[in-house]
Amino acid sequence: MTITIDEITKTFDTSSALNGVSLEIAEGSFVALLGPSGSGKTTLLRIIAGLETADSGHILFGGENVTDRSVQDRRIGFVFQHYALFRHMTVAENIAFGLTVMKHGQRPRKSVIAARVQELLDLVQLPDLGKRFPSQLSGGQRQRVALARALARDPDILLLDEPFGALDAKVRRELRGALREIHDRVGLTSIFVTHDREEAFALADKVAILSKGKIEQYGTPKQVEEQPATPFVREFVVA
Amino acid sequence: MRKATTEPAPVRALLIGVAFLWLALIIFLPLAAVFTQAFAKGWGPFVAALLQPDAWASIKLTLLTAAIVVPFNSVFGMAAAWAITKHEFRGRQLLINLIDLPFSVSPVVAGLMFVLLFGANGWFGPFLMSHGIRIMFAVPAIVIATSFVTFPFVARELIPLMTAQGRAEEEAALTLGAGGFQTFWHVTLPNIRWGLLYGVLLTNARAMGEFGAVSVVSGHIRGLTNTMPLHVEVLYNEYNFTAAFAVASLLAGLALVTLAVKALLEWRYADQLSATGH
Repeated sequence: MTITIDEITKTFDTSSALNGVSLEIAEGSFVALLGPSGSGKTTLLRIIAGLETADSGHILFGGENVTDRSVQDRRIGFVFQHYALFRHMTVAENIAFGLTVMKHGQRPRKSVIAARVQELLDLVQLPDLGKRFPSQLSGGQRQRVALARALARDPDILLLDEPFGALDAKVRRELRGALREIHDRVGLTSIFVTHDREEAFALADKVAILSKGKIEQYGTPKQVEEQPATPFVREFVVA
Repeated sequence: MRKATTEPAPVRALLIGVAFLWLALIIFLPLAAVFTQAFAKGWGPFVAALLQPDAWASIKLTLLTAAIVVPFNSVFGMAAAWAITKHEFRGRQLLINLIDLPFSVSPVVAGLMFVLLFGANGWFGPFLMSHGIRIMFAVPAIVIATSFVTFPFVARELIPLMTAQGRAEEEAALTLGAGGFQTFWHVTLPNIRWGLLYGVLLTNARAMGEFGAVSVVSGHIRGLTNTMPLHVEVLYNEYNFTAAFAVASLLAGLALVTLAVKALLEWRYADQLSATGH
């Protein structure tokens, strides 16, 4: 599903976070929002998700204006930096959550939910960990569970906020590969936020580089590397 | 061999010994004295003292007060903690300080505040009188004063816990399609239930035991507006020691039961406690 970000502006009490950001994300693509901390990338992601409201501007999913739609109705999957797993639920209950809170009538039967949970556990390569609690898992395993949970309701759009930020380098590389594979297999349109240039370039089809609430450049990793549009991009990419 | 982080055995023994000795002196001994005195003349007089109409009325009044105050303060304490920890708004710090007010104000002063509000010469006194609504020297005043004094317990218990837990899990629930109430019921509440329970138990203990504020607003009408602590004082001042200690021991017993329930729950659900970061 295409995502259109149209002139999004957001001001916080003290400073402006986003100054008229526009971006067009093609269906099926995997886009990185890259920038130093304070550049507004996480705020932009949260506005796309509906966790934050923009002061002005519009968000369109597949051409449809979703600006005033609540988080629940946007049909997105969201992965948080620190996993945000429900600590009192088992892994299986965590993954099933999006399905179990559906309205009567829409909610699948228990056996269907259980099958879906197992399918997702297989997808993230943790087939036997359904009965564990999040506190019994490693960081990488937790983020895999968070990913499975975000996919349970078959979202068209997957949003990830620094998904590897809390993990060590080796786990990070493993998970990176797994994420890209899942993205391609499920047929998602994904946006992920990162401050790690190497990660963005290795994983994304297209990279949007943000600085001080503005997009400095939006292009394929190759384009950005070969033709940095601004001095900021040159410095950020080379450094 | 001893580990690098532990003290030598004699030091440990001394510290533990001092702690236990102090505990015995300050808590166990007085508690034992209350029960000894209560049963000094055996079970008969003990039961008779509790069944005496004024005593029985005070027990019922105390239980009624707790039954109203505890749910009320649990809900409002939870709402206050939720507002303070999960939202940013103007006056947030002021609200936190206001919640602490009942802890810093002497209960007697708290009682007098309500006299000034609802008493015959108070702000709302004439209005209430002319409409035949009785608050002072009646059950409503006792409930209000007790609510005031016990308000901070639940909120104070929950605020640090909810601050530590942050908003991420609630946000995750929203992105997964859960509504506001579902998020509260399935995510927020399970995460705070142990803190909430502890706050509720403390509220209950204090609600049943409150003396100062209730003493000011109750009017001390025997058999009508005397709660258990007030009734204990009446009996004690009348040199009716067996009866006084009988009621006192029941009050202490209720506190001990509260404590035992908490310990039991903590033991039974130890794994869940550690999972939710308590």
